[in-house]
Amino acid sequence: MRHLLSINDLSKTEAIAILDTAAELSRLSEGTVRKFPTLRGRTVVNLFFEDSTRTRISFEAAAKRLSADVINFSAKGSSLSKGETLKDTALTLQAMGADAVVIRHGASGAPHQLARQDWMKGSVINAGDGTHEHPTQALLDAFTIRRHLAQGSSDLQGLRIAMVGDVLHSRVARSNVLLLQKLGATVVLIAPPTLLPVGVEEWGATVSYSLDSEIQDVNAVMMLRIQRERMDDLYFPTEREYSRNFGLNLERINRMKSTAIIMHPGPMNRGLEISAESADSPRSVIVEQVSNGVSIRMAVLYRLLSGATESDLSSTLGATV
Amino acid sequence: MSVVLNAGEIARALKRISHEILEKNHGSSEVLLLGIPTRGAFLSQRIAHDINLIEKTAIPVGTLDITMYRDDLRMRPPRALLPTQIPHGGIDGKHVVLVDDVFYSGRTIRAALDALNEIGRPKSVQLAVLIDRGHRELPIRADFVGKNIPTSKEESVRVHLSEIDGDDSVTIEGRGEK
Repeated sequence: MRHLLSINDLSKTEAIAILDTAAELSRLSEGTVRKFPTLRGRTVVNLFFEDSTRTRISFEAAAKRLSADVINFSAKGSSLSKGETLKDTALTLQAMGADAVVIRHGASGAPHQLARQDWMKGSVINAGDGTHEHPTQALLDAFTIRRHLAQGSSDLQGLRIAMVGDVLHSRVARSNVLLLQKLGATVVLIAPPTLLPVGVEEWGATVSYSLDSEIQDVNAVMMLRIQRERMDDLYFPTEREYSRNFGLNLERINRMKSTAIIMHPGPMNRGLEISAESADSPRSVIVEQVSNGVSIRMAVLYRLLSGATESDLSSTLGATV
Repeated sequence: MSVVLNAGEIARALKRISHEILEKNHGSSEVLLLGIPTRGAFLSQRIAHDINLIEKTAIPVGTLDITMYRDDLRMRPPRALLPTQIPHGGIDGKHVVLVDDVFYSGRTIRAALDALNEIGRPKSVQLAVLIDRGHRELPIRADFVGKNIPTSKEESVRVHLSEIDGDDSVTIEGRGEK
């Protein structure tokens, strides 16, 4: 595996291997080991064309804890804002010796473009592209669910996970549906019809328009952020109406299973898709999702960068790759 | 394939190593065993068991995975991590005995020393191995050796332990076949 562009790049076995690696790394970092020399001398570039706090910091922390060098490259204040193309940016990064590029881009498919063209030799990791995918978020969500609910099982067989809200604009939802189903869970998408993408019935998930009819049956509920910045149209009449029908509040939490957990990929719109009391409820694992994110990203960087690359193999074995 | 140690010989070698560890450290009070997974972890459990029988006190045993510290990560596909379990109380001020099955290039032990460095500052680090097959590539030696077996680099030494392999034996493969 050289790139991580989509959950579809991963087999079930590879996905579980990443979760297992993250579990061991997370256990170690709770003890005394804060830093590993594993990626010493490797360079990881964070290439962010869209704003991000937790994903960029999370990748930066993960890379640093593996002793990689990190270069942060944000579109604001760089030549990108002067109109440089993705190709020229990639050539620049290649010339600087980037071993991995973590890219977030507003255009769906930008990471694929970067990986598929022969512009650079390093690994490409998708950190969110448009409304398409966000694979490391899905991995950390699966990791969090497995830790709380799988009871020692390595996959998520038999669990029922709800994703509620702005599925249309959510790359998190798309990656999560792919991964959770790959790991054996049943996914229920709950949203008003206007916030579901065309062709959602082909995702293989159950679709429902009513949170109240599903909330008592699920093991985890993942609230999706209403992405105002991507909304070019009116998708629901008023925020109050949306919140009343699709928001998570204490009354709905009380109807959930006693072991069910509350998740949110962040950043939250408190008072819109999730009430403040729900976000701070003891059932909420939202803060834990963030720390699990670092372990997952360490596991991904380790698996992509620690092994032999094609150029390593060709130089050590004399093979023509 | 030839068998160089059988189950009884392995048990006797481990018992002798247990006595030697106690002799060198003047008892078991500050001794801590760390086995290197996979088979070193089982061997450390057996040595701890022997020491407990001799001294009538339990000594701390843990495991130390060295995967993240290897120097050949770039030459192979990524490896899965194995569990690291540091006993409660840590390694500071202890006589840490690393336990591994086969001692060969010394690179595993170099990685283990790096890993230990992250965890704490032991009073001393010692090395116990079941088999020393020679061909060191680094200036590292073992303190306690079950059996020295001169080998050629073409041969491979396999340690089988009942915990995962079903039987206790040490075999050499490839001898005389080339």
